[in-house]
Order: sequence, then structure tokens, then C-alpha cells
Amino acid sequence: MTLHIGCAAGFSGDRTDAAGPVVETLIARGGPAFLLFETLAERTLALAQLARRANPEGGYEPLLDELLAPILAKCIANEIRIVSNFGAANPRGAAQRIRALAKELGVREPRVAVVSGDDLSGATHRTLLRESIGAALDTVEVVSANAYLGAEAIAAALAGGAEIVVCGRVADPSLAVGPAMAHFGWQPDDWDRLGRATMAGHLLECGSQVTGGYFADPGFKDVPDLHDVGFPVATVQEDGRCEIGKADATGGMVTLATVKEQLLYEVHDPAAYLTPDVTADIAQAEVRETGRDRVALDGVRGHARPDKLKVNVCHEGGWLAEGEISYAGPNAEARARLAGDVLRQRLPKLEVRIDLIGVTSVFGDDAGRRLARTPHGHATEVRLRVAAKHPDRTMADRLAREVTALYTCGPAGGGGVRTALRPRLDTLSGFVPREAVPARWHKVGAW
Amino acid sequence: MVIALHRVAHGRTGDKGDRSNISVIAYRPELFEVIVAQVTEARVAELFAHRKPQAVKRYLLPKLGAMNFVLDGVLDGGVNGSLNLDTHGKTLAFLLLELPVEIPTTLESFVPEEKK
Repeated sequence: MTLHIGCAAGFSGDRTDAAGPVVETLIARGGPAFLLFETLAERTLALAQLARRANPEGGYEPLLDELLAPILAKCIANEIRIVSNFGAANPRGAAQRIRALAKELGVREPRVAVVSGDDLSGATHRTLLRESIGAALDTVEVVSANAYLGAEAIAAALAGGAEIVVCGRVADPSLAVGPAMAHFGWQPDDWDRLGRATMAGHLLECGSQVTGGYFADPGFKDVPDLHDVGFPVATVQEDGRCEIGKADATGGMVTLATVKEQLLYEVHDPAAYLTPDVTADIAQAEVRETGRDRVALDGVRGHARPDKLKVNVCHEGGWLAEGEISYAGPNAEARARLAGDVLRQRLPKLEVRIDLIGVTSVFGDDAGRRLARTPHGHATEVRLRVAAKHPDRTMADRLAREVTALYTCGPAGGGGVRTALRPRLDTLSGFVPREAVPARWHKVGAW
Repeated sequence: MVIALHRVAHGRTGDKGDRSNISVIAYRPELFEVIVAQVTEARVAELFAHRKPQAVKRYLLPKLGAMNFVLDGVLDGGVNGSLNLDTHGKTLAFLLLELPVEIPTTLESFVPEEKK
């Protein structure tokens, strides 16, 4: 029997009203169904670890209640199981909160499980991390360290009866591979099936990025009702092949083009998309339209999974200072450029990045090579934006103060100064043997 | 005619660390060969020269009418290290889509019209 998997969040900060139509669609389609929320980017986990330090009960997805409250009762009543990495730095804390939420909503307590093993920030893992990262680890203040776990513990928790599986760091596609493994009873070395399910998970994991979100380019790629873009629902077959659709009665669209863009998103070598579960291979993949807003993916293969698991270490990285000021009207670009020169001369000890928003900015590089070769023009509305980083807060803050001082000491007619100073996080990566970080699942509550 | 790649292809940027991954997908299969012939690793490296790529690698996916560019070391350290407003380099697909391509007269009818 086929399996329906919907995804209602593609990152922490995604819309919290996306799940409703996805759940309605899963109910309408009938049969076994799962709902995913992917809410954990690289730095999200470090921020969650800081939140947990401040409050030992916290450290999970801050929008957990808003994501779940609208759909929890319907999911429980209709046997739609939920799998997510919204546990972040504290899966157990999230699980407890979900139990309490169910009580507050007056619904039966769901069988909640957590997956553990990804968090390597504790003292017991220091030697392992040092071997993985090397000497660079010795000089930094570690905020978070997590291995990317795979689908096996998720599948085991589901096979054990869990209705909601709360993870911390797992590879995003594993959120879909786990349910498929549990449902179809696949072996963990069934590479072709795991490869296909991994690409189904890959198409789902960014939410609306496969259904018309992050796609529209007016006049060239038009998307109907983008304001109401529906989130994806995949149908997965026993052999792992999938068809991508979207929530009923929503905007957006699923076409060959939307699926191709998401299929290639961040895969690097298409013949070797590495996850903890499998080496997926889309070199010979094909897409075909099977109906309105329905696209099937064929030709995906799988090869043996990597021996090691990827580890990300986030550490404190000093301070980032930013400042902006606008110039408009006649000779605006020349005045903005002069303001940039003033800042460079006032701050010789900082490597200041300069952007002329409206002339050249985001395409440029930190060293300013693109800006330097951009001829002086006559833009009449320019926002000067500068940024610098420094280990010392006071030094970084000097940039913000110099931008503010442009009000009276800079070129004529500058307005709208905004400045920001915030702590930075940096990342180190490495690999650890998978035996060294066994993933486990645990029941939370009495079931 | 010489037109921007944007007229005949679409794409999306992704990132991992200091590596940018940009897809280029032909709107029409008839134009894929022309795009493959002209949107080469060398031309993309030149377009991104100010970002000092350590390597530019192109992967072809003919069954999708697509290619995938992987550019190493172009993100000033990536999402946590860069001073760019766009630390992920999300906007960079549209830098690549600025690349001029020459469409032979025999294939001009396959260039999609801009819809008003």
C-alpha cells in the first residue's frame, strides 16, 4: 500500500499556518500518512543550545506550539503520525511540551518518542570531536556539536508504536526515509529503495520550495496564488519511487520545472548525494507530469552509505557589526561612495565590507573586488551598507558608532541610519565513525 | 541573437559551508545543447572571478535538460563567516543567469517569450 507524506515546514521560521491544508489533504487521500516538519538549519541548533543554557527546559523549536496546536487533534484522530527535528537541542523538552499541549487541547495523549545520540557537545565526546575536527577545536569555545543521524532510529521508533517522533539533528531527508522504512519494512542496506526515498525526502524537506515557493520570476516563471502557496504531499511506492503533489485548495504549483529546481538543490555531485542512510544517485533521474500539480520522479538509484557521519561544531566567533545610511537625489551615488571612503579611513584596524545597495551589493565579495571594478555611475537612490567582524566587542562597535557619526560628519544629506551589533557563530566540520555515535530512541511518558 | 541565459534557463542556488551549488535548467530541451556548449566551467569561473573560486565543477543531467555547477570557496566562509548581506549566496543563481548566450537563428523560435 502506498504511503502519503506531507511536509509543513522547510526551515525554522517557515509559515506556521501551512500544516492545516496538508493535514486535510492527507485525510482526504486516506491510508497511512505522515506529516513532517523540517525546522533545523546549520546555525539553528547553535542558537537552540544557547537557549537551553539560559533555560534547561528550552532549546527546542520556539514555534513548536504554533506549529502543532492547529493540527495535533486532527493528526491523532486520523492516525497521521508526525516526524520532525523540532527537538533541536532538547528533544526531550519538546516531547514533554507536546504531551502538555495535548492535555491543554483536551485530546488523547499521543505516544511520543525521542531520538538521541546526535548531541556531542558534552565532555564525554571531547576526545571523539578532537579526533574528528583536529587542533582547530582547541582554540574555540564550543556552543554546539552534533552528528547528522540517519533514518534507522526514526524507523525503529515508529515500528515500536510511536505516533510522534521528535529528533534533534538528523539528515533532513531521513525524516521521510524513516517513515518509509518503517511502513514498507525495508532493510537498511536496500540501497535503491533508500536512495529513492531519500530523494522523495529531499523534494519534501524544504516545504514549498517544490510547490512554487522560491520559484516565481514574473513574466518568465509565473506562480498562481503565491501568497497562499500550498505545501507538498508525496506519494511513496513500495519500491521507493515517488510522486510529488501539494495540498488541495491552495496556491502554488507542482510542475516539471519546480521539481527539477528542488531536485538539484544543494546536491553537489548528482551521482553521489551523501546522507547517513545512502549515497543517492540522480544522474539518470527523470521527471514526468502525471496530472495537474503531480510529478513523478523515476530513475533514482542508491549506493552504499558513507562509513562516517558528518559532524558540525558551532563555536563563538566574536562580534559582527553592521551599519546603513541612505543617500538620494542628485549625485547620491558619489555621496554614498564618499561616505564609504570616510569609514575606511576612520577604521584602519577593521576590514570593512562596503555595499552600495542599488548599485552593487549581494553579488559582491567581502574584499570589494566587484565594487572596485563597478564604474562610478549616477544612481539616485543608494543605501550604503557596511559590515565588519572582530573578536573584541568594543572594536566591532566602533563601526556602528562611525556610521552613526556620518549624520553630522559625513557627506551631505545622509539619512536613515540603522546599526546592529551581535555575537557571531562559526562552524567547524568533521566526520566520526558511525559506531561512535549510536542513535537510540526512547519513549517519553508511559506507553 | 545574443541574450541573457535568464531568457532560456532557470536556476536555484544552494550552499553548504563555503561551497555554492547553482543549477541551470533549460526551459526547452531543444536549447539544452546550445546552453551546454556555451555555459562552460571556464565562463562561469570568469563570471565569478571576483569571488576567487578554488574550483568550478559542472555536472550534466541531460535527462532533465539541466546542469549543476559547484563552486568551491566563493562564499567568503559561508553562512557563518561572510560579511555579505546574503551570507548564503542565495542570490547568485541570478548572477549566473546574466551570462550572455548566443542562440543560432535556427533555434530562435524556441526562446520563450516574456509573458506580460
